[in-house]
Amino acid sequence: MAHRAQSTNRSGCRADARTLPKQEPNIQDAPIRNFEPIVGGYRLSTESEQSTLVTQDMVDRQGVWGSERPSPPVSESDIRKWAIAVYWPKQPPRIYWDADYAKSSRWGTIIAPPDFNPFAWPIVPDRPSSKERSEAATNTPRSGRGQRGMNGGQVDTYGVPMRPGDIITARNRLRDWNERETRLGLTLFTFHETEWRNQTGELVKLRVSTGIRY
Amino acid sequence: MAYNVYFEDVNVGDKLPEWSRKTDFMSWNRYAAVNDEFVYIHMDDEAGRAALNEQGAFGMGNLRYAYIVNALLDWVGDEAEVREIGCQFRAINQKNDVLTVVGTVTEKDAADGEHRIRLDIDVVNQKGEPTCPGHAVIVVPSRT
Repeated sequence: MAHRAQSTNRSGCRADARTLPKQEPNIQDAPIRNFEPIVGGYRLSTESEQSTLVTQDMVDRQGVWGSERPSPPVSESDIRKWAIAVYWPKQPPRIYWDADYAKSSRWGTIIAPPDFNPFAWPIVPDRPSSKERSEAATNTPRSGRGQRGMNGGQVDTYGVPMRPGDIITARNRLRDWNERETRLGLTLFTFHETEWRNQTGELVKLRVSTGIRY
Repeated sequence: MAYNVYFEDVNVGDKLPEWSRKTDFMSWNRYAAVNDEFVYIHMDDEAGRAALNEQGAFGMGNLRYAYIVNALLDWVGDEAEVREIGCQFRAINQKNDVLTVVGTVTEKDAADGEHRIRLDIDVVNQKGEPTCPGHAVIVVPSRT
């Protein structure tokens, strides 16, 4: 399931699409009301009592890294195409496509743009078209408490650059969360980490994604 | 390009050189092609409207993120490093929007053997509306 890291990388735009995106409410700044910390940890939700949106599954998974997923080898051609796309219609910098130029730089080789996704274009089993999945999602009621969600953004920390030939290994975990009353009601902020390392174990990127449910 | 900017040359309050692109299906489709990001809301006006965007299809958050990276590295040079980017996608990228990456230096700091510059950043549309507020940290060389 090497493609899974990619879906994390894409999640921003998909949530972007679902979240009535004209203007997301800035609930981070919303006043905190009726917030009472629960001594000894979180009370878990039941059907009859929704004092928390935290689930037992979250508690079980907190801090536990998932399985590691390797990317296909990064290629010069993939880097060149990526750079052309994100600089379109202007010519991208030579460090992304000119090996002779790159050799004279501090990097010594072509490097990938920091936002390059080495997990793009995975081989996956047959699957429903994205339109079918989109329609299924649209038809799923999302009005219940804790069923509404927003993308709260992400913070990426970068280590060494990716280079042609690199194989990037990704792993994910639910790092932690916090829950408080906002103007949207009881709101749960979750923080997922996605870590990328290269074949020598060097950190390439650590993404902390914030999910919001209310 | 190497280094364009040295630590001593940057002051708090300095502006990031503006970096702009007009976005439409040409830019979105090219990005979809490299990121394998073929989602109907980015390809089809009908799907965009079904996702509650009256104007139809709209652009990817990830492409806006790439524009932030490009603006930063075009400014500091290809041997400098982006150490951190944080942002939220607050507004939609409509077809034919002209997106501009803007930024202001908020801090300078020498830490962990690196000379770091922190900026507040955003991607604004042609109306000046913020679509992607956040921050960035870049590492540049020192003249000393």
